[in-house]
Amino acid sequence: MKRNTGWYNNRFFPWMVPIVFVLLWQVLGHYKIITSTLLPTPLEVFQAAIRLFNTGDLQEHVLISTQRALIGFFIGGIIGFVLGLFNGTIIFFEKLTDTTIQMIRTIPHLALIPLVILWFGIGESAKIFLVAVGVMFPIYINTFNGIKNVDRKLIEMGSVYGLSRWKLFTNVILPGSLPSILVGIRYALGVMWMSLIVAETIGADSGIGFMATNAREFMQMDIVVLTIVLYAILGKLSDVIAKLFEQRLLKWNAAFSKK
Amino acid sequence: MFNIELKDVRKSYGDNEVLRGIDLSIEQGSFTAIVGKSGCGKSTLLRLIAKLEDVSKGMLSFSGEEANEPKIRIMFQDDRLLPWKNNLKNIALGAVNLAAAKESLEKVGLIDKQGDWPDQLSGGQKQRIALARALASNPDILLFDEPLGALDALTRLEMQKLIEGLWKQQQFTSLLVTHDVTEAVQLADRVIVIDSGRIQLDETIDLPRPRVRNEKFTYYERKILNEILGG
Repeated sequence: MKRNTGWYNNRFFPWMVPIVFVLLWQVLGHYKIITSTLLPTPLEVFQAAIRLFNTGDLQEHVLISTQRALIGFFIGGIIGFVLGLFNGTIIFFEKLTDTTIQMIRTIPHLALIPLVILWFGIGESAKIFLVAVGVMFPIYINTFNGIKNVDRKLIEMGSVYGLSRWKLFTNVILPGSLPSILVGIRYALGVMWMSLIVAETIGADSGIGFMATNAREFMQMDIVVLTIVLYAILGKLSDVIAKLFEQRLLKWNAAFSKK
Repeated sequence: MFNIELKDVRKSYGDNEVLRGIDLSIEQGSFTAIVGKSGCGKSTLLRLIAKLEDVSKGMLSFSGEEANEPKIRIMFQDDRLLPWKNNLKNIALGAVNLAAAKESLEKVGLIDKQGDWPDQLSGGQKQRIALARALASNPDILLFDEPLGALDALTRLEMQKLIEGLWKQQQFTSLLVTHDVTEAVQLADRVIVIDSGRIQLDETIDLPRPRVRNEKFTYYERKILNEILGG
C-alpha cells in the first residue's frame, strides 16, 4: 500500500478542528457575543475546574464515577463474555438461551430506570446495575459472533492436527474471535459512560452526574459545562486505552498494526 | 509404518453417492497420486482417509507393525496457517517441541522467516510453512489435497522437488490428490484415475527418479489423460 505523505498526515492535524472551535468559543464569549449566563467561556470552565480541584471536590466525584463505571463494566462484561463464549461454542446453550437474550436485548436498558429505582433505590447498586446491563449486550453479541465467524477451515485444520478441545479453543477459536470481541469492548465503553451519566443525573449524592444536577440548581453554568467536558475526556481516554489494547493484541492483523 | 486398506468404500451425501465402491490398498512409504475431473470424488476419498468424514459403507483400515493409530496430516489447497501466530509457532502446533519445529522449518529453507507473520509471506512460502508444519510431527501418512493448485508454475516446480526430496528422506506414505496429470506422473509411483466415484485406472509409473520429461514420461501422461477425458 502507498504510504500517505500528504501535509495533513501528522499527529497534530486531527486536533485542528477542536482547537479552532475552542478558540472561537473563547473569542465569542469574551466579546459578549455569547452571554456567559447562557454559555461560559472555555477559560471560565477551566477556572471552575481549578477551583473544584483545589477544594478536592473534582477528584472525589471523578473517582467515584470512574469506580462505578468500572465495577459495572466488569460485572456486565464478564457476564456478556461468558454467555457469548458458551453460546458460541456449545450448540445446546445457544439453542437454550440465544433467543431469550436477543429478546431482552431489544429493550432499551435505560427504560429499566423506574424499575431499578424501585428495586435498588438510588444507591450504588442501581447505577452499577444499569451500567452492567448496558455493557453486557454489546460484549455478548460481539463475542458470540466472533466465535461463530472463526474460519471453519482453521478449526478443521486444528482437528486434523490432533488439537485437544482446550488447545483448539486457546490457539484457534479465541484469537480468531478477538478482533470482534475488542470491537464489542470499545462499543461497550461508550455505553458504560452513557448509562452512568443517566443514572447519576437521576439520583445520586456524588459523582459527575451529581455535580451537574447540583450545579444546575444553583445556576453554576461553568460547572455544568465542566461536567460535560469531563465526560468527553473520560470517554476519549477509555477509547484510547481500548485502542492500545487492539494494537497490542492484534499486531498480527495488518489493519490494526501500527505503521 | 502403515498400509491403508479400502474395501468397497462408499460415501453418500443424502441421495448423492459420491464414492461407489472403492477397493484400494496403499503400501506404506509409497507415493500415490489420485487424479480425476473435479467432482469425481477424489477429495472426498482423501477426507475419508483423514477421518474428517465417516465412511457410509465398506471398510477403511490401517494396518501396520505398531498397534497404535497412524499419525495422519493433511496439506490443504489453502495454507490454513494461523495468522495470529508467527511462522515458527504455526509449525510448533504440529511438533512435539520447538526444536523439532525449527528443524522442520530449516528443511523447507525458511528458517530466516521464523519470527515473521504468515501474512508477510508469498503464497509459495506459506505453503512451504504448511508443509513444514505437516512434517514437524513425523507423520506416518501425509495427504496432499491439491496443495500446489493455487501456485504459479515456477513455484510449483520448486515445491514438487521439495516434496519429493522430503518424502525420500522421511519415507512417509504419501497420497496426492491433483488434477494436474504431469504433476502426478512427476511425483507418484502409482497413479489412480477416479471417475464418477469409481477407480477407472490404476497405473504403476515405472520411471527412475529424478524424473525427466522423456518419451516414456509423455507416454504415461497421455495414457492417463486419455483415460480421464475418454471416461
